[in-house]
Amino acid sequence: MAELTTFIILGLFALVAAIMVITRRNAVHSAIWLMITLFAVGGIFLMQHAEFLFAVQVILYVGGITVLFLFVVMLVDIDVQLKQARFARQWHLALVTAFLVVAQLGYALYNHGSGLNLPSRPMVPAPAQNTQAVGMALYQNYMLPVEIASILLLVAMVGAVIMAKRKLE
Amino acid sequence: MIPTEYYIYLAGALFTIGVIGVLTRRNVLIILMSIELILNAVNINLVALSHYFKSVDGQVFAIFVITDAAAEAAVGLGLIIALFRNKETVNADEIDLLKW
Repeated sequence: MAELTTFIILGLFALVAAIMVITRRNAVHSAIWLMITLFAVGGIFLMQHAEFLFAVQVILYVGGITVLFLFVVMLVDIDVQLKQARFARQWHLALVTAFLVVAQLGYALYNHGSGLNLPSRPMVPAPAQNTQAVGMALYQNYMLPVEIASILLLVAMVGAVIMAKRKLE
Repeated sequence: MIPTEYYIYLAGALFTIGVIGVLTRRNVLIILMSIELILNAVNINLVALSHYFKSVDGQVFAIFVITDAAAEAAVGLGLIIALFRNKETVNADEIDLLKW
C-alpha cells in the first residue's frame, strides 16, 4: 500500500508540474516546473529498480538540460514575451487534435474491455545489480548503438556551436 | 506491486500534456520543453515494461532516448539563439519565413 501511495504522489507531482510547464506565461517558471516533473519521473524510475537510469535522469536532465534551458531563457528577451498572448492562433484545432490523441490512446488501452493485455512475464529473476546489468547490456549487446550515439552527440555538439556562432564566414 | 498498466496510463497522460504544449504554445522555448515531456513519457513506458519483463533492454533504450534528448536540446537551443539574433523573436507565430 505504501508503494501505491508513493506512486500516486509521484505521478500527481509529475502531471501537475507538467500542466504548469505548458500553462505558465514566464518561461523561467516553466523551466523550474519542468525540473520538478523530471525529478518525479526519476522517482518513478527508482520505484521500478532502475537505479542507474535515476542517476542519469538527475545528472543529465535535471542538472544539464534544464540548466541549458534556463541559460537560453535568460539570453533571449523575456520582457517581450510577458506581454504577448500565451497560446497560438490555432489552439482550438490543437485541442481537437490532442483530444483525438487521447481517444486513440484510450481506445488502444481499453480495446478488449479488460485493460491492457500484457503477455505473461518470463520467470527469470531480475538482475540484482542494476548498474552492472545495464553496463553489461550497453557494452556487450549494444556496442554498435553506443558508438552511433557517441557520433550523434559529437555531431550535435558541432551543430550547436555552429548555430550559436555570431557570424558564418 | 503496482500493476504495469498504471505506469502506462501515467505515461499516456504525460504524453498528452506534452502534445497539447507543443501544439498550443507560441513560445519556441516552451515547445522544446514540451518535447522533453513527451520523451519522458516514452521513458516511463520503456522502464515500466523493462521492469515487467525483468530485462534491462528497455532501460538501455531509455538511455538512448535520453542521449537523443540531450542532442536535440543542444541543437534546438542553438537554433533558437541564432533565430533570436536574426529576427529578435521567439514567437512561433512570427517565424513564417517559409510561408507564402
